[in-house]
Amino acid sequence: MATVLHSAPRTASNDGVLDALSAALGAMLVSAREEHGEILLTVARDSIDDALRLLRDEHAYQQLMEIAGADYPSRPERFEVVYMLLSLTKNHRIMVKCTASESTPVPTVTTLWPNAGWLEREVFDMYGVLFAGNTDLRRILTDYGFEGHPFRKDFPLTGYTELRYSEDEKRVVYEPVDLPQDLRQFDFMSPWEGADYVLPGDEKAAEHPATPPVADPKTTEKPSDTGAGAKTDAKATEHVAKGAGEGGDGEPVPEKSAKAEPGAPAPTESRAKRAPRKGKSADTKGATEPQDKPKAKRAPRKAPAKKGEGE
Amino acid sequence: MTMQLEQSPTTGDEVITNYTINFGPQHPAAHGVLRMVMELDGEIIERIDPHVGLLHRGTEKLIEHKTYLQALPYFDRLDYCSPLAMEHSYVLAIEKLLNIEVPVRAQYLRVLFAELTRICNHMLNLGSHVMDVGAMTPNLWMFEIREDCLNFFERASGARMHMAWFRPGGVHQDVPLKLLTDIGDWLDTRLPRLFEDAMSLVVDNRIFKQRNVDIAVVSRDDAIAWGFSGPMIRAAGIPWDLRKSQPYDVYDRMDFEIPVGTNSDCYDRFMVRVEEVRQSARIMKQCLAEIPEGPIASDDRKVVPPKRGEMKQSMEALIHHFKLYTEGFHVPAGEVYVATESPKGEFGVYLVSDGSNKPYRCKIRPTAFSHLQAMDFMAKGHMLPDATAILGAIDVVFGECDR
Repeated sequence: MATVLHSAPRTASNDGVLDALSAALGAMLVSAREEHGEILLTVARDSIDDALRLLRDEHAYQQLMEIAGADYPSRPERFEVVYMLLSLTKNHRIMVKCTASESTPVPTVTTLWPNAGWLEREVFDMYGVLFAGNTDLRRILTDYGFEGHPFRKDFPLTGYTELRYSEDEKRVVYEPVDLPQDLRQFDFMSPWEGADYVLPGDEKAAEHPATPPVADPKTTEKPSDTGAGAKTDAKATEHVAKGAGEGGDGEPVPEKSAKAEPGAPAPTESRAKRAPRKGKSADTKGATEPQDKPKAKRAPRKAPAKKGEGE
Repeated sequence: MTMQLEQSPTTGDEVITNYTINFGPQHPAAHGVLRMVMELDGEIIERIDPHVGLLHRGTEKLIEHKTYLQALPYFDRLDYCSPLAMEHSYVLAIEKLLNIEVPVRAQYLRVLFAELTRICNHMLNLGSHVMDVGAMTPNLWMFEIREDCLNFFERASGARMHMAWFRPGGVHQDVPLKLLTDIGDWLDTRLPRLFEDAMSLVVDNRIFKQRNVDIAVVSRDDAIAWGFSGPMIRAAGIPWDLRKSQPYDVYDRMDFEIPVGTNSDCYDRFMVRVEEVRQSARIMKQCLAEIPEGPIASDDRKVVPPKRGEMKQSMEALIHHFKLYTEGFHVPAGEVYVATESPKGEFGVYLVSDGSNKPYRCKIRPTAFSHLQAMDFMAKGHMLPDATAILGAIDVVFGECDR
């Protein structure tokens, strides 16, 4: 093992433990290895209880801390059951594992450790691994009446059923999962580094194969191909009528005259000239319109006129 | 049947038979959603069948669909009373697979805040334990300490409960000096005053002792066989503390004592936690005295993203930042089991990597699973009201138990 740089828990040394335990387990052992500072012993499934009893009684691994299941669907026996053992006296941890399939029960270790009961129930609940000899192999974490084993790799993350409280039936009802939005599964694997799937969009390439190559590749057409005539006069725009403006659009510029055209309407600008502002007031009141018009005063309300008066 | 009738206690002509009651799922003393089917003979508990899983959210399955960094906040939501202790196991498991070095300042910060988490957790547990057996005031006083802890968490990470502050390779952000000095002042003045005041009401209280002493006595051998850890195994007289025996981060530099019980009853479990709070404060003071200056996260840019300021300046940092927050880092294939001493006991993470950017399998070892399983064995023959005391002394939180 390379030098230890990390600061994870430091147990007693692994030196010689692997050889000693391998020798002790003998024929029960399938494989043994040391990786990342962990000792992993794979034991034949049928002798897992004997192996663990041996490790507990002869090698002082007194505590069973955990049983973990794991699913590897590509393997012939897809499940792994991993037992984490702890030695309080040797201050050491090992992992012992065996493989299993749906139809091959693993011998129970509830006879060795009483707390194995729930741990085995959990592995059964999540993966469907059976434990021969466990008298209380009920589901533990999933709902009452749940079907399936949710931690299997082929079980969808969303599950199959959802439940809600139905106001009509006044109880909780189970329904097939209906997602208003698709579950977003982001895949951040780099497509250039060994993605073993078809990239999104590439599946269209299979439906519409690219146009097969032609014998005569398409090139720019020549006048002889199209039958086009000679070019039009490139200098035609130069022959423009006299008086054309500088705008280049060929429009004649209207002639200017100081005299008003007879019959033309009077200029529309009739606003009084604005008086210069007085003072330095920042008040915006006078800034908009000069107040040349006195404020309209509301006429005092008259008493109701006498009938016939002022008409 | 006739045998049973003869054994049953009778009053005159009436025959009292065993009956079954439901404790929970909604019960204030159940510390969450726990359903216990209790078979009672009068007021004597004959059998308890705890039904867990009412808070099962499939965390482990969700983690398999997230990158290593995205999976981190799920750990805050396991044991929501001690979130940083949950993160601690996970980041150490990743670091063990990566074999990455963490700067010393980051290790000190982790230890400091892990111990603050321990105090925070014990405040809740001790307070609710005394409330389960009938005392109100200490709980309110200890919630003040808890409030202070949550404020410190907020000042360090921006979040009061779900910090997501421990990261693979270090911690997310450095802490301001003022925060460290404030924690120092708090440890010297406010914590001991509030805590010792609250404890003075409880530890010698006659009623509290009547409810806890000699309740649920577990022998040493039973504690080992049932897979106990943390205060539960220490109360049984076994000085087993992962911080001491399998030190991680800078716990090997810390000088602290492991409290053990003598009688292995609920009172001992309570008192072990009381002393652990004092020892945690001691560890924190050492951390504050010794913490060096320096970086707070590894400078391995293939694991730890660069800071935002650097990312704005350097093209390479920008690429690293983008890659680490989208694809994430790849962890070498292999499997590890890393367990740390969470406030409730051994909290372990079994992490299987297939070399990709997502965990292939992440099994979480909750502390409560083994302890709660022993509920039947511990409570047998006790009275119904003792069940709450036993449950309080287990220190169970269902976010973690049910995952």
